[in-house]
Amino acid sequence: MSGVMKRMGMIFRAKANKALDRAEDPRETLDYSYQKQLELLQKVRRGVADVATSRKRLELQLNQLQSQSSKLEDQGRKALALGREDLAREALSRRAALQQQVTDLETQHSTLQGEEEKLTLAAQRLQAKVDAFRTKKETIKATYTAAQAQTRIGEAFSGISEEMGDVGLAIQRAEDKTAQLQARAGAIDELLASGALDDPSGMHKDDIQAELDRLSGGTDVELELQRMKAELAGGPSSAQQQAIEGGTGQSAPQQQSQHQDTPRFDK
Amino acid sequence: MIVRIMGEGQVRLDDVHFAELNKLDDVLLAEMEGGDGPGFRQTLHALLDKVRELGTPLPDDSLEPSELILPAPDATLEEVRQMLSDDGLIPG
Repeated sequence: MSGVMKRMGMIFRAKANKALDRAEDPRETLDYSYQKQLELLQKVRRGVADVATSRKRLELQLNQLQSQSSKLEDQGRKALALGREDLAREALSRRAALQQQVTDLETQHSTLQGEEEKLTLAAQRLQAKVDAFRTKKETIKATYTAAQAQTRIGEAFSGISEEMGDVGLAIQRAEDKTAQLQARAGAIDELLASGALDDPSGMHKDDIQAELDRLSGGTDVELELQRMKAELAGGPSSAQQQAIEGGTGQSAPQQQSQHQDTPRFDK
Repeated sequence: MIVRIMGEGQVRLDDVHFAELNKLDDVLLAEMEGGDGPGFRQTLHALLDKVRELGTPLPDDSLEPSELILPAPDATLEEVRQMLSDDGLIPG
């Protein structure tokens, strides 16, 4: 099934689930229920009107019967005055039959009147109930609409927070990436410094270090030359060795030995 | 299965009737999508009449969820199309 019925049902359920509960839109149900109550009230009122009409009809019949009864009584009286007792008897017996009908109709009339009063009261009560329901219905509808709005606001907020979450994630990812790159750069520096990684570019040493290396390399060459010259001159003396190794401190021991050769008593 | 005719009430329908109703329902959908207003009205009324004829009305005070929902008899093609659009039956 893929027609209108199915699709409307699905949409209705999805919306109802999303909004508040599995029930159908309570506003529609309430309006419908109110409509039904109004119809019921209308029926009761129509019933009251029907009973009232019947009562009126009975009253008319009663009036007719009573006027007939009066007429028969008059006829009986006249017949008796004219000495026609037989006619008077006939008139009075017909009047008695009519009286019986009148009594029956009066009973019916009073019953109908009672029914009418009861129905009128019921209609009034129903009217009050319908009025109360209308007020309650409007309150419920307003509450429902407010709840729906609240749901929408909630959804909007959760939507916003999701978006904010996305932004937060993007920032987090950027931070992670930066930290990762920094860690990687640091690790490469350490590995290069420790010699575990060769620097193929040769650019790791800076120019100051290169100059220092060159200078120290030159000193080594000079020292080596002096040592070779000393060897050729007849073996390295300790003084020469010291001169080679100690630099400026070489004159101190010589001065000390000269002082030792000089006799102390000359002074 | 319980079917609601919007603005009218709910009826209980035997599943055996659905094959018959589905034919009308499919025609109704085609007419709605094709924008055939007079056809739509005629088919909608035929469908509603069929549902009323075959279904048993639920009491007014029963509040059972409807499994299928039908537009009100006086619903126009545009209204039904709007109901079936993204906004659905309950706005928002």
